[in-house]
Amino acid sequence: MENALLEIKGLKKAYGEHVVLDGIDLSVNKGEVVVVIGPSGCGKSTLLRCVNALEDIQGGEVLLDGEPVRRDGKDISRMRQKIGMVFQSYDLFPHKTVLENILLAPTKVQKRPRAEAEKEALALLDRVGLAGRKDDYPRQLSGGQKQRVAIVRALIMHPEILLLDEITAALDPEMVHEVLQVVLGLAKSGSTMLIVTHEMAFARAIADRILFLEGGRIVEESREPKAFFERPATDRARQFLRTFEY
Amino acid sequence: MQSLGLDVLFKGKNLIRLLGGLWVAVRISLFSVTISIALGLVLGVLATGRSRAFKAVFRVYLEIVRIMPQMVLLFVVYFGTTRVFGWDLSAEVSAVIVFSFWGAAEMGDLVRGALVSIPRIQYESAEALGLSDGQVYRYVILPQTVRRLIPLSINLITRMIKTTNLVIMIGMVEVLKVAQQIIEANRRSSPNAAFGLFAVVLLLYFAICWPISRLAGYLEKRWA
Repeated sequence: MENALLEIKGLKKAYGEHVVLDGIDLSVNKGEVVVVIGPSGCGKSTLLRCVNALEDIQGGEVLLDGEPVRRDGKDISRMRQKIGMVFQSYDLFPHKTVLENILLAPTKVQKRPRAEAEKEALALLDRVGLAGRKDDYPRQLSGGQKQRVAIVRALIMHPEILLLDEITAALDPEMVHEVLQVVLGLAKSGSTMLIVTHEMAFARAIADRILFLEGGRIVEESREPKAFFERPATDRARQFLRTFEY
Repeated sequence: MQSLGLDVLFKGKNLIRLLGGLWVAVRISLFSVTISIALGLVLGVLATGRSRAFKAVFRVYLEIVRIMPQMVLLFVVYFGTTRVFGWDLSAEVSAVIVFSFWGAAEMGDLVRGALVSIPRIQYESAEALGLSDGQVYRYVILPQTVRRLIPLSINLITRMIKTTNLVIMIGMVEVLKVAQQIIEANRRSSPNAAFGLFAVVLLLYFAICWPISRLAGYLEKRWA
């Protein structure tokens, strides 16, 4: 694939004897939205965490723009700036206001002038419907609002790819929609994303490609989300999807 | 009602003497607390580090400090080591050594506790933004640690201030001892002075500790 933005080759991750990722090969093109689903403990969150080297890996490699992303690499900070990540929750800095949370990395890591970064921050906050909350502290926000701020905090770095790790899993149902709406907007505007989620309807709506992960391997891959959800090719994917029915 | 003996306070230089005694207590506390905080920060950060040997030594040190009465430590340092090692420690230096030895251990444990109470995700989300290790500590972890530390360390500081009166046992004359001396000297003319003077001593301790605890409350509220 020529224009692969992210390339993962033979990725292996184990905690001691316990193998979590058992040789993952995956490439994500620019502008593509790849959604990873699978039962809990299948390694999907670990996969995301390996992409920006929050975990050290036991084999294989991760390349972004053809450059390796390595935990002990000298330029890990530079690589991570190109990879935005939003976690399940509780990752805003509680001692900083919304605006300070967003401005920390652009001003301290990228050394951008504060005024310019602030202008962009306010525009992004406006885009996710939180323009009036810039001076609030995280504890004053709802879960859904916090996640939207976390998304803005990642976006202001102008990442080439966004990793979303179950960003709605800790939210009340009525908050889920507002967050996913923002992510759908990003997909429409051409952002490249690698998403782990348990929201099947969302996965179906947003994915260009679906990966079904189980036991640390990619069991099924589909470029047609609609077909995948209606007629999965593998038994294991079928069984997994059935657990969402009542 | 009988006289409270407060008149004694204003006889001669008694009040000045009492305040002088208070200054002795405050001076010992000031030195001990400053040294304890500085050493405690270093010990606490090291105690969350990788070295198992350091953790083991720190554990033992902490247990020793917690189990040994401060007064025995004072005796060991002031009467014991001066003999055995032949050095010349003043009572005040001995006191600062003992209270710092105690405070550094307790402070170290508070710092360690505050550091490990910061969730892993705070480090990770900062790293994911491209912050260097130093920046992660400076902008994300330490500010949160300090906020958690304030109420705990204030408690330790006021405890240390209150414990300084043990130095009487190694011959130092601080506020409580001065009060005793004044009461003794006026036993005949003002037999009730014990109540009034000791009550004043209590108020003096209060006057020192209360602002510190108010400051802690203020900071806690501002940073909550």
